[in-house]
Amino acid sequence: MLRLERRPSDSKLMMALSPVLAIVLTLAAGGTLFSVLGHAPGQALYTFFIAPLTDLYGWTELGVKVAPLMLCALGLNFCYRARVWNIGAEGQFIMGGLGGGWIALELMHLNDIWILPLVLLAGTVCGMAWAALAAWLKTHFHANEVLTTIMLNYIALNALLYAVHGPLMDPDGFNFPESALFTESVTMPLIHEDYRLSISLLLALLVLAVMWTLLTRTLLGFQISVLGEDEKAARFAGFRTRWLTWMALLVSGALAGLAGIAEVTGPLGQLSPHISPGYGYAAIIVVFLGRMHPLGILFASMLLGLTYMGGEMVQMDLTLPKSITGLFQGMLLFFLLACDVLIGYRILPASRQNPQTAN
Amino acid sequence: MSHRLLVKLAIACLLASGINLSAKAADLKIGFVYVGPTGDAGWTYSHDEARKYVEQQLAGKVTTSYVESVPEGADAERVIRQLAAKGHELIFTTSFGYMNPTLKVAKRFPKVKFEHATGYKQSKNMGTYMVRAYQARYLSGLVAGKTTKTNTLGYVASFPIPEVVRGINAFTKGVKEVNPAAKVKVVWVSSWYDPAKEREAAETLILQDADVLTQHTDSAAVIQTAEAKGVYAIGYHSDMSGYGANAHLTAAVHKWGPIYLEKAKSVLDGTWKAEDLWLGIEHGVTDLAPLNKSVPDEVKSLVESKKAALKSGDIRVFDGPVRDQSGTVKIVEGETMSDDQLRGFNWYIEGVDGQLPKS
Repeated sequence: MLRLERRPSDSKLMMALSPVLAIVLTLAAGGTLFSVLGHAPGQALYTFFIAPLTDLYGWTELGVKVAPLMLCALGLNFCYRARVWNIGAEGQFIMGGLGGGWIALELMHLNDIWILPLVLLAGTVCGMAWAALAAWLKTHFHANEVLTTIMLNYIALNALLYAVHGPLMDPDGFNFPESALFTESVTMPLIHEDYRLSISLLLALLVLAVMWTLLTRTLLGFQISVLGEDEKAARFAGFRTRWLTWMALLVSGALAGLAGIAEVTGPLGQLSPHISPGYGYAAIIVVFLGRMHPLGILFASMLLGLTYMGGEMVQMDLTLPKSITGLFQGMLLFFLLACDVLIGYRILPASRQNPQTAN
Repeated sequence: MSHRLLVKLAIACLLASGINLSAKAADLKIGFVYVGPTGDAGWTYSHDEARKYVEQQLAGKVTTSYVESVPEGADAERVIRQLAAKGHELIFTTSFGYMNPTLKVAKRFPKVKFEHATGYKQSKNMGTYMVRAYQARYLSGLVAGKTTKTNTLGYVASFPIPEVVRGINAFTKGVKEVNPAAKVKVVWVSSWYDPAKEREAAETLILQDADVLTQHTDSAAVIQTAEAKGVYAIGYHSDMSGYGANAHLTAAVHKWGPIYLEKAKSVLDGTWKAEDLWLGIEHGVTDLAPLNKSVPDEVKSLVESKKAALKSGDIRVFDGPVRDQSGTVKIVEGETMSDDQLRGFNWYIEGVDGQLPKS
């Protein structure tokens, strides 16, 4: 059999090769899957990966999915660098959408230019406040943030459900759980009127640049990294670790909240029970898929967005059930993450005993 | 060289477009958007059965494709638009949350016909359709009221929207007509499809003495729970007898087939128009599944006579007197509820136990 052995240092070669290997494995396994189901593997893979992006419309739709994923993931990345495991981007996204959406409903009949920025700010603050709860619980009671943020996700979802079934329900909506449609003055401007892509993508790219600079060029970024590598060292160096934990969660919550309000005032155009198709959770995958690097996160969001669109395409063109497209998406992610093991480890036959581990 | 290449390309394009044209002339492409998996029971299953029915009835004239488990958020609009862009001339969107996305896409594709289930917005090329499922609910209530020994019925419900409240009230109306001492207990699970929660809710209701259960959710978990615990149950959306041979008394089922067939035919012969369709038992679009062997003949004939009376229009489900929970007469004897009142149903009638979650 085979066994894994820790490399003395990470392999530069495998760092470059592992995505290639993952893609080859995905194509091989996916091709086999589709051909077993009676479809030409080449055509099926084309439909999945290429067909969604054969026109400008496809690219703009990819942008619609990438923007929220990226915003959430960039924030989470900041947290995870500090080893603050915020699983609550979903809840912060929802609270951003809900809080900002509420302000939008209150102010949408005004026609001033400052309304939309105010709404976006409100959403951002709400997301931040939701993450602040977890930060407070962590720094004051040492409550594990993994648990608190997950629980806060459920609370956020139920708050949204309450709001759209109750106080924020459209009075002319026959009791259906939706708010009224937003007016023009609280709608994100579109990049081009024929497409759904709004300026939220530009915001996301701006945040990417800021986060990249923050992580690599500022003292705060350095402190966050040190905190993540070794908390004791960070304390010894005199970094205020409490304050850093707060920063990590606040930034992450703010970005998820911004993603939420941009989604609500963008492609959705109203509050409904389904404002997030799980962006906050998908963003966790994006962070690790992007190897915790801002640029990697951009590509990982694009890949994840593409798998959703490819899944829809395959269902439409090849009439394959959703479970198959989901299976294929899972396979792709599995190979990508599994192949990264080869960066830190090498595979050896189990028979040969390693003197280092023999003790 | 390049000249020849161009000519070749032009010929290829011509051929390709020719093939396309001939394919288009041959058949009508119909697209379906489903909110859940097609599965083998439930809401989406009932729509998919109807899709197959249309394919079979109009074999050679139509082809259909579907996308399942489409979230009711920003993704829905892309799926609907892609179906339209891929040459589907008739598109059925089968969940309430698709209303505004369908409307937006309909604006962009004025030649494509859109049909949205359960909504209230129409446009020039977007119609709505719904079945009067409450009629079958009422009939199933007669069976439940005659069957219960504890005089307690259990109802697992999803969201307090008029469609669901109407079902609860219709069921209760049937129950009370044959068993004035009985009451209906409702548990809300805040989900359309969550087998684990549905099972829990069913168990709770059994603990509270309910011996006939029914549900307004998408899975068969309630039937399975009833079967396991030795109580009775009534299915919804589709015949669920496969999940509980002993427990399953009957089910209130939707038969979308006739509606879909009519709509497809009208597009084929060019007579399609946008309308607000709400068809009932007399059109065969809502019905009871075959009654369990254990149901006594006396009850069978009662159900048959009431069904005949509904079909002929001699009775309506909510003929007065209809009392609310406080006993106040809301619809006086000799009158009946109007369609508008039915559409906005947001209060419980007498006999339902507990409070309607209020806005």
